[in-house]
Amino acid sequence: MVVSCEQVWREISNYLEGEVSPDLRAAIAAHLRECKHCTAVLDGTRNVVHLYGDERSIELPAGFSERWQKKLAESMPSPRGTIYGWMLAAAALALISGSFAVARLDRGSGPDLRSYHAEPGRGVPATMMVEVAADGKTFHVPGCKFLHKGESGNVRLIAAAEAIREGYVPCVRCLRQYVNR
Amino acid sequence: MLQRMTAVAKPAGAGDEREQALIARIRNGETSLFAALIKPYERRVYVAALALLRNEADAQDVAQEAILKAFAHLRQFRGESRFSTWLIQITVNEARMRQRKQHADLFEPIGETDGEDGTYTPRDFADWREIPSEALERSELRTLLAKALASLGQKYREVFLLRDMEHMSIEETAQALGISVASVKTRLLRARLMLRDLLAPSLADGWFSRAPFGKGSKPW
Repeated sequence: MVVSCEQVWREISNYLEGEVSPDLRAAIAAHLRECKHCTAVLDGTRNVVHLYGDERSIELPAGFSERWQKKLAESMPSPRGTIYGWMLAAAALALISGSFAVARLDRGSGPDLRSYHAEPGRGVPATMMVEVAADGKTFHVPGCKFLHKGESGNVRLIAAAEAIREGYVPCVRCLRQYVNR
Repeated sequence: MLQRMTAVAKPAGAGDEREQALIARIRNGETSLFAALIKPYERRVYVAALALLRNEADAQDVAQEAILKAFAHLRQFRGESRFSTWLIQITVNEARMRQRKQHADLFEPIGETDGEDGTYTPRDFADWREIPSEALERSELRTLLAKALASLGQKYREVFLLRDMEHMSIEETAQALGISVASVKTRLLRARLMLRDLLAPSLADGWFSRAPFGKGSKPW
């Protein structure tokens, strides 16, 4: 089978995605060996897919994460107005106050970090739920592929404030906007 | 062959199970967990909004609205698709609504009304060597990519966004946009080739020697 330049251009997407028949693939490959123009088009198209497919191709605006989380918190139903709600709020306040007191007594200016090389996070929303491994040093967005479960395999989903209190620091991959540097 | 084809097609893994468990807990009243559910996808939501609206302020607004809408309608998520697909579809719908409000259809860029059926003929055959991913740390390259994408017509931008930037499958893209699989493939091919034509002169020559797609100078 012999293919023209026009046929190659028409099939470039399918060729890149492996969706052409073996015969057509072989014919296109043979054409590409002889045609510099079509090779340039194929390489460029592959580059386009590669570059735009990388999440770094568009930068997240500073503060975007905090803004949507604030809006979300505002839109959530408030427990205010019920006895249960007031009790819940009082319990949370007591817990937070207690946590601060414990932090002051035990650690002075801040928690002992689990890693000597780590930098504590900055601006981490306290109620954001994160994952930590018992043997790990960093806390992660749930599902982050850089969470290493360690030997125990024990992973917990806890509030970011709790993770910080336990000496975990933000993952430089999934929570890099909070890394203090 | 493109690596992500296999990534899209892989079966549900441990991450998906965790996500399903998270969704179940939110539905059972632990609403504060919703932020943790969204966090891994916040960038994708913003990218979808920006690619369609081409304006950072509007994109941030629409991304926020999409997240709030997803929260309000989480019970309607049936688990028939991935959560991320459902979330991005909401974002696309919100962005389209915003465009309708702004009457953006009156100002569609060149390429929007082109026929899709004819073979697209590349305009530029400059040899473009591979750009390493690390180059994306440079804001000049990101600006170049954003301008090129913004200059595509809406129907090409939508398909390119969902398939190549959000890594949805061809079928998911067709479903999200309400068009046929054949249309997705045709538009995707044209979008990729047009972007290559827009970017090749700059990236083949060394960056920024000239901006090939300024106003009135599109290569097609």
